[in-house]
Amino acid sequence: MKTRIVLSELFKALGNAVWFSVLLFPLMIMKVNVVGGKALVTFRWQFVPFIFVSSFILSYLWKRALVWNEHRQDKIASDTLYYKFKKNVQTYFKNQSIKYVTLSLLVAFVVSFPFLFGMYHTNVMITAFIYVILALGLNIVVGLGGLLNLGYAAFFAVGSYTYGLLWKYIGPNFISAGIDTGWLFWISLPLAGIISTIFGVLLSLPVLRLRGDYLAIITLAFGEIVRMVLQNSGQITGGATGISLIPRPWFFGMKLAPKQAAVYIYYIVVVLVLLTIFVVRRIEDSRVGRALEAMREDEIACQAMGIDLVKNKLITFALGAFFAGIAGVVLAAQTTYINPDSFTLWESIMILMAIVIGGTGSIPGAIGGALLLKLLPEYFRPLAQYRMLIYGVAMILVIIFKSDGLLPRHRKRYTFEEKTNSNASAGAGK
Amino acid sequence: MNIDGNAILVIEDLSMVFGGLRAIDTVSMYIKKGEIAALIGPNGAGKTTIFNCITGVYAPTEGTISISRNGVTSGEALHKIQGLKPNVINHLGLARTFQNIRLFSNMSVLENVMIGRHNSLKAGIFNAIIRDPHTKEEEQRVIEESYDILKKLNLHMYVNEMACNLPYGAQRRLEIARALATNPFLLLLDEPVAGMNPQETKELEETINIIRDQEKVTILLIEHDMSLVMNVSERIYVLDYGRLIAEGTPQEIKSNPEVIKAYLGE
Amino acid sequence: MKGLLKDHGMDYFLKLFLSGTAKGSIYALIALGYTMVYGIIQLINFAHGEVYMIGGFTALIFGGFFYTMGMPVWMVLLLSVILAVLFSAAFGFTIERIAYRPLRNKPRLSALISAIGISMILQNFVLLAQTEKYLSYPSYLPEFAFLQPFRQYINSTQFIILIVTAAIMVFLTALIKFTRIGKAMRATAQDKDMAQLVGVNINQVISITFIIGSALAAIGGVLICSYMGQINYYIGFVAGIKAFVAAVLGGIGSIPGAVLGSFILGWTESLGTGYISSDYEDAFAFIILILILVLKPDGILGKNQKQKV
Repeated sequence: MKTRIVLSELFKALGNAVWFSVLLFPLMIMKVNVVGGKALVTFRWQFVPFIFVSSFILSYLWKRALVWNEHRQDKIASDTLYYKFKKNVQTYFKNQSIKYVTLSLLVAFVVSFPFLFGMYHTNVMITAFIYVILALGLNIVVGLGGLLNLGYAAFFAVGSYTYGLLWKYIGPNFISAGIDTGWLFWISLPLAGIISTIFGVLLSLPVLRLRGDYLAIITLAFGEIVRMVLQNSGQITGGATGISLIPRPWFFGMKLAPKQAAVYIYYIVVVLVLLTIFVVRRIEDSRVGRALEAMREDEIACQAMGIDLVKNKLITFALGAFFAGIAGVVLAAQTTYINPDSFTLWESIMILMAIVIGGTGSIPGAIGGALLLKLLPEYFRPLAQYRMLIYGVAMILVIIFKSDGLLPRHRKRYTFEEKTNSNASAGAGK
Repeated sequence: MNIDGNAILVIEDLSMVFGGLRAIDTVSMYIKKGEIAALIGPNGAGKTTIFNCITGVYAPTEGTISISRNGVTSGEALHKIQGLKPNVINHLGLARTFQNIRLFSNMSVLENVMIGRHNSLKAGIFNAIIRDPHTKEEEQRVIEESYDILKKLNLHMYVNEMACNLPYGAQRRLEIARALATNPFLLLLDEPVAGMNPQETKELEETINIIRDQEKVTILLIEHDMSLVMNVSERIYVLDYGRLIAEGTPQEIKSNPEVIKAYLGE
Repeated sequence: MKGLLKDHGMDYFLKLFLSGTAKGSIYALIALGYTMVYGIIQLINFAHGEVYMIGGFTALIFGGFFYTMGMPVWMVLLLSVILAVLFSAAFGFTIERIAYRPLRNKPRLSALISAIGISMILQNFVLLAQTEKYLSYPSYLPEFAFLQPFRQYINSTQFIILIVTAAIMVFLTALIKFTRIGKAMRATAQDKDMAQLVGVNINQVISITFIIGSALAAIGGVLICSYMGQINYYIGFVAGIKAFVAAVLGGIGSIPGAVLGSFILGWTESLGTGYISSDYEDAFAFIILILILVLKPDGILGKNQKQKV
């Protein structure tokens, strides 16, 4: 009996293989090239077996995976091997000395990184850490507040351009006054945060009443509008050519060589990442954080409990925008050149992918997702051109099979233990 | 409308029109301080719609809804609330539960009640980030207060459980606990015993009385369970096709021919 | 001197109006797919634009092949369009089965994210499998002699676009109104559970909706690429967003709304670029979107949908 089922499944997989071979035939097997107004087609027959076999295997696995996914809810979680493995790892790390050792190793690694690996890799890590800040920021909007923002790159751009425009218009004044232009970085950092926050508030005003999908589209539109404005206002913002020669951060009046500057920026961004993590954690475990979560869970119920939706949506967008703004300043300082192409829709979607794959609403998830997405193309060079494909597939797999992500939120709940002594004092463990 | 007593909620000529449908038609009613009143009627009569108008989910097409925490006879003025936002109305002292349970399922029982305490706390973003001693003390306090509320509704044994894992009756009680946490003077319960067995219904009957007697909260409930309605309410309003067709004590309503006609047909 | 309102007289206006109508027709072909899918499963099918792009590519590929084989032009056109429609429909069908069906009972955000993923995958697939360059697109569409005297207002391709779109509208309306499957689609859009209870096979209905929407998008893809003379893997994204704006403008879920919104968008873009500035061509769509979502989120012909509490 079982063999009959397996056979029928294999037969279906065969059918799927045929289906996909035909479906993907024109795009994958036939290659078109237009020369002199004429479309010429070449055939790449070598792909046929590849498509056939892989779709056979994949569709069979897919069907099994879907079935397994459905029944997974019914199984008791604690029975599975995966759960036991997870529990073992968790208890292992709960041990204080283990925790300290791993933490110290990690800190030592991060701190010494620029000296262990040269300037190129330091720059790679700087970019990765910038994305970590972005991911953590978007996580507040999407993970904590439940608001899908597809135009997050706009706030990133606002931050970068704050620094760039400050340099373009105030820079000359600094130079003529003999002040080190590196100070502009330190001025821009808080300034960009504030201006981005203002943009965040402005964006949230029209979207207050919108539901999930409409909200997503309008944030997408906003992101694109910001980019288009930057692209087309050449006189003010440099348009497509952007702003260049942006100064590096001030360092006690010294002129830094590119390698030293990279190390300097590396440490700056590490500190910023730590600050971001700190702030996000504090907000999560607070009255504001609870209100945002309630808003994400059920808008109508949370309103009925006295929570002001308008105010909290504003807070969500403002917070998210703030961190993007700061990240933008660091980007401008690192690359010393900015133009609208760094802030496209694909950027926004990449950041979203990072937190979805890592785990929406989870801090380790955002960090892990951002690092994964930024470091993978660097260290797995041959796969680099397939990376959007891989990320897209990963995102879909995650959303179907493990919607809470690879490193899901493991928020400690507020707990209450009633002490059994006479004055029954409440021990609130968190 | 003739108001007999210390009214804390006054609804005058309320109408709610959806497209071409008049869901509520010129309803006038009032609730007195400290009473337990019920709003009953056949399915689709418009009872939840009235609740939604009172709590600000809908802005009524016509009419006024006014409240007064201490009641009209105390000399306090009536405050018009129709059209205000639900969170503002909750802040003014009205809380509600929902016909279909709307708990925050992915949060614990304690956290659900803590959300209810949101407006009694003050900490904002900066307080959250710097976590000053006052904020820490506030957080500690809210946990204790929430636990106390859970004890009052006999839910404290579930305190760290996820809300979605609770048995059905407990979930309904949790919604009430959460609503109570917002410190209302008037509590609106929408079908609080729907789906409960007789044992749970009896327990909720007691809970309703305790809430009124000990917490000094006035109660208005929508219910289909006639035994609960008759046992617990002091005054009943009957709605049919959006119109008020009767008002009175349980005894009067039981024998009212209009009411019988509405429920059983001609 | 850009940015100044130029008065070119009636001729100029007529030209802009007709080209805007042609543009609007294309948007309509895509927008219909969006609105039908949204009406049925409340999903913004981000990948729909990619299906449109794939339609264009498929026609290009087969067209090139048949042409070099020596087939007569009219046959090349016919076959490449038919194949484009078939393949796009198949893609639409497959996408729904793989990426959306497993998420049918999950929160809406999940399906939306899945749609974004598919959009990324398809774009990159075509990019890698074919090319990132802009390919020039040979048009096999006939030139009509009788239009020669009017060629300053409208060219043959635009004319064909208008005729084809009009014919499709009529056909689609008839399908929705008078056939059993149309009735099933309307029922499913109104109340999925109830439709199931009265015996409608909603899986089938949903698949058919995707198939029809994708087929229309494919036709739009072939037409626009022939009109513009070029194709690129990225066009689906931009066109998709604009068509979605059109659908929202007219009232998402409403078929006449999608058509109305598409024409309004087409005229706005055409008149806007003709009279104001051509730099911000894409911006018009976004500005309309923001205005509509702020002022009347249900769209022009949309129904007011209050949430049940």
